Amino acid sequence: MTRPAVRGPSRAERAEGWRAPGTDAGWLNPVTERFLLRLLVKKELRVRYRGSVLGMVWSYVKPAVQFVVFYIALGVFLQLSKDTPAYAVYLFSGIVVVNLFGEVFGNATRSITGNAPLVSKIYLPSQLFPWSSMIVALVHFLPQLVVLVVGALLFGWRPSPTSLVAFGLGMVILLVFTMGLGLLGAALNAAFRDVENFVDLIVMVATWLSPVLYRIAMVQEAIGGTVLWWLYQLNPLTIVVELFHVAFWRYGPRVVEKVPADPTLTQPGEPFGLWWAGLLIAAATFVVGTVVFERSKRRFAQEL
Amino acid sequence: MTLPPPDAPGPGGGAGPVVPAAAREMVRIQHVSKRFSLRHDHSLKQLVFSALQRKKLADTFMALDDVDLTVRAGETVGLIGFNGSGKSTLLKTISGVLFPDEGRVMLRGRVAGLIEVGAGFHPDLSGRENVYLNGAILGMSRQQIDERFDDILAFSEIEQFIDTDVKYYSSGMFLRLAFSVAVHTDPDIFLVDEILSVGDEPFQAKCLERIRELQAAGRTMVVVSHELDMLERLCSRIVVLRGGRIVFDGDPVQAVRTLRES
Repeated sequence: MTRPAVRGPSRAERAEGWRAPGTDAGWLNPVTERFLLRLLVKKELRVRYRGSVLGMVWSYVKPAVQFVVFYIALGVFLQLSKDTPAYAVYLFSGIVVVNLFGEVFGNATRSITGNAPLVSKIYLPSQLFPWSSMIVALVHFLPQLVVLVVGALLFGWRPSPTSLVAFGLGMVILLVFTMGLGLLGAALNAAFRDVENFVDLIVMVATWLSPVLYRIAMVQEAIGGTVLWWLYQLNPLTIVVELFHVAFWRYGPRVVEKVPADPTLTQPGEPFGLWWAGLLIAAATFVVGTVVFERSKRRFAQEL
Repeated sequence: MTLPPPDAPGPGGGAGPVVPAAAREMVRIQHVSKRFSLRHDHSLKQLVFSALQRKKLADTFMALDDVDLTVRAGETVGLIGFNGSGKSTLLKTISGVLFPDEGRVMLRGRVAGLIEVGAGFHPDLSGRENVYLNGAILGMSRQQIDERFDDILAFSEIEQFIDTDVKYYSSGMFLRLAFSVAVHTDPDIFLVDEILSVGDEPFQAKCLERIRELQAAGRTMVVVSHELDMLERLCSRIVVLRGGRIVFDGDPVQAVRTLRES
């Protein structure tokens, strides 16, 4: 298909006050249109729980069930909790990362198709849809984070500058990376609805391809020294999950006291590992996602 | 954004406002063409199969074919034509929802496109929330909505239901509120698609009166409708479209006659 001709007014015409319709601040829209963004977030939160009795409580129930199932199956049956001190904290700090990733990526991908009546009838900056999906996901992430912090405190963990830096880095990498993927997914999904199913697949696989349920030392033992091991380490989700482990688990008293006996509890490149690689990959993904979204947004209305 | 008031006179007698030929241009459409591909299937499987079979993936048709149109400040331009003649497509390219394949569209000032009444309304939000959401979608700031909220409410005449979810509204109440928000956005250029046929007769009269007020205030309007008689009375100029091309552009009475004769 030919791309629509992009020929705006010339400089002289712009000086006379002319502008092309449908031009906006591009990737800065979420900032310039804060008011509209806030209303869209409110709408999405309201609509999500329409007619549900428990409402926001569902955002606690789902991760809780997930946690219990994984804990019993992997921690107890496969006995992972035996060698991993405070395995519950280890497990949950990974689960919150993967859940946030899944929700942002999945919802952002569906955000353009899900708002089809708006996109195809009224002009508004279309970036706002994936961005509002992300903010909604963050709202759901907050209670999980609170549960995680309380859980870690019960295991004797105390916040430290290291944990704050690790958490901050992890959040930045995760959000920038996932938002890039989400913008890409949203743009592609407008053209081919297959994309949203593909995204679900990626989200499902993500839980298992980052050290959420097992320890990274086990992966190194199995495939260490190969190209796959490097790919595994460079997976931004691996980097973020490890940063979360550093933030909430690694420096808890139960882990610290067992490290001399079991050096595999330390993580490669402590404390922040490959954070720079994570940031680079995240930024690159975000740029690609934004460029693809910007180039395809002009066709959204006719493709829906 | 505020612009200096357009140098347009008040409304003319029975027909739309009389606009001097030298009034400021607000919309400039130059050689605009728009092709639509008739691709119904959005699956990768379909794409792969048609690539393998070397079948042409999509048929295209011209929704707009080399359209030139200039709208001046204070004018009310009607777009008429049979179904599929490209009226709504033209309106959507002005509003920025669709982009032309060839040629270009330029605007001056703020645009509000009422392509469909209530397109931005969500049934699960209350009337009040929908006023804010829709107002913001149509480009109003929070402050502007706060200021005009009472006017919007008064115009819609549904005060006692404003905090009820919109899904419980009757279709008439819904249209009233949606139209009320739309006409209070106060843009420089108003794009109106087939919305004047809403509501009961008293409300329709009220809507028309409001449109007249906007005309008197020098607002520029582009209106799409099938109600030829109403347009004939409202517009200062009517453009007849057929098969994506402009076949007539000028006097409302003559335009309507052109369409009826074809």
